[in-house]
Amino acid sequence: MNTDDLINLLATNAGPVKAHSARRRYTLSVACGTAGALALMLSLLRIRPDLAAAAHMPLFWLKVGFVLSLVVAGLFAVIRLSRPGARLDRVPVAMAAPLLAMWAIAVYVLIEADPQQRLGLFLGSTWKVCPLLIAILSIPVFIAVLWAMKGLAPTRPRLAGFSAGLLSGAIAALVYCLHCPELDAPFIGFWYVLGILIPAIVGTLLGRSLLRW
Amino acid sequence: MQRTTREEGWRAKEERLRELLIGGLAGDNAAYQVFLKELSAHLRAFLRRRLASLPDEVEDLVQESLIAVHNQRHTYDHGQPLSAWVQAIARYKLIDLLRRRAAVELLTDPLDDEGDFFTTEDSDAALARRDLNKLLDELPDRHRLPIIHTKLDGLSVQEAARITGMSESAIKIGVHRGLKALAARIRGSA
Repeated sequence: MNTDDLINLLATNAGPVKAHSARRRYTLSVACGTAGALALMLSLLRIRPDLAAAAHMPLFWLKVGFVLSLVVAGLFAVIRLSRPGARLDRVPVAMAAPLLAMWAIAVYVLIEADPQQRLGLFLGSTWKVCPLLIAILSIPVFIAVLWAMKGLAPTRPRLAGFSAGLLSGAIAALVYCLHCPELDAPFIGFWYVLGILIPAIVGTLLGRSLLRW
Repeated sequence: MQRTTREEGWRAKEERLRELLIGGLAGDNAAYQVFLKELSAHLRAFLRRRLASLPDEVEDLVQESLIAVHNQRHTYDHGQPLSAWVQAIARYKLIDLLRRRAAVELLTDPLDDEGDFFTTEDSDAALARRDLNKLLDELPDRHRLPIIHTKLDGLSVQEAARITGMSESAIKIGVHRGLKALAARIRGSA
């Protein structure tokens, strides 16, 4: 088949195409993935009994705000990385800013605290399970986001895989906030970030083979 | 001054192609065909410059890039420069080809090259050149028949549905998935 024949084949009955495919696909996949993560959380864990009381604490909202801003940065990243030739612009800054802010707060908290309390602020009471639980909760989101991405056209597959993982991890962490008893910045800034990075690293490693088109 | 005029000419061309594509995305198949035709010439020049050492691969890669542009046309954002979108696709396909070739060359015993030395370049090229018809024939009926009826014979979706006994949505999905499967087979065959 020569190239002109191919062009005829492609153009014949090509028909209209819906716009905003990336936004539509990610809306659907994030909704399904979040529902999956919630269901998984409710079956494996439970909502912290003092959630209503926690919701009055600024530290709780600091944690939620931190994770939520990573979700938003991750969303921008996956949408842009799914379109050939789209620029990242300030997306890396949007990803780094909440991290740096949380680390700055963590350092301040540690400096201000009594030396004997510092280890407790860092390890909390759940450091052994926190990253793993976030990674587990991220699985349904990860699958859904990769499905959406696979139907689009990422031209930088490793970076796209990383962002998909980061988005899934951040959504999982957001869901995990409903269960997690920890509030201190040194804990959040390390163990939460570690949990979010697990799917991000998996995404980076799998990106090239899974997202090929 | 000359540079400005050249850039203006280039921008005008890009703008024209962009309008053709946007028309095509809205359902104007004739505009879409002109778009693909003109794009193929740009793709050929772009890829020929970058594949100077592999001239036999150029046309295959032009075809592969055209299929990719078609399959991924829903990812074009109207506000985005067309050249950035098309170049990113062409470059992705180019890198993919080079990676595939590197893998194949690693697997082949370098000593075998001696035996190939006297085979003429032309016949080698003819053998290496991929035939899309053949790849199309290998597709399962649920993909192949919708493509043949609506894309090669130019029948409407309704007519194709009547002839094959498939539903209209199955025809549409068959065309869409079939072209994706075709792209996947091209990747596998090289």
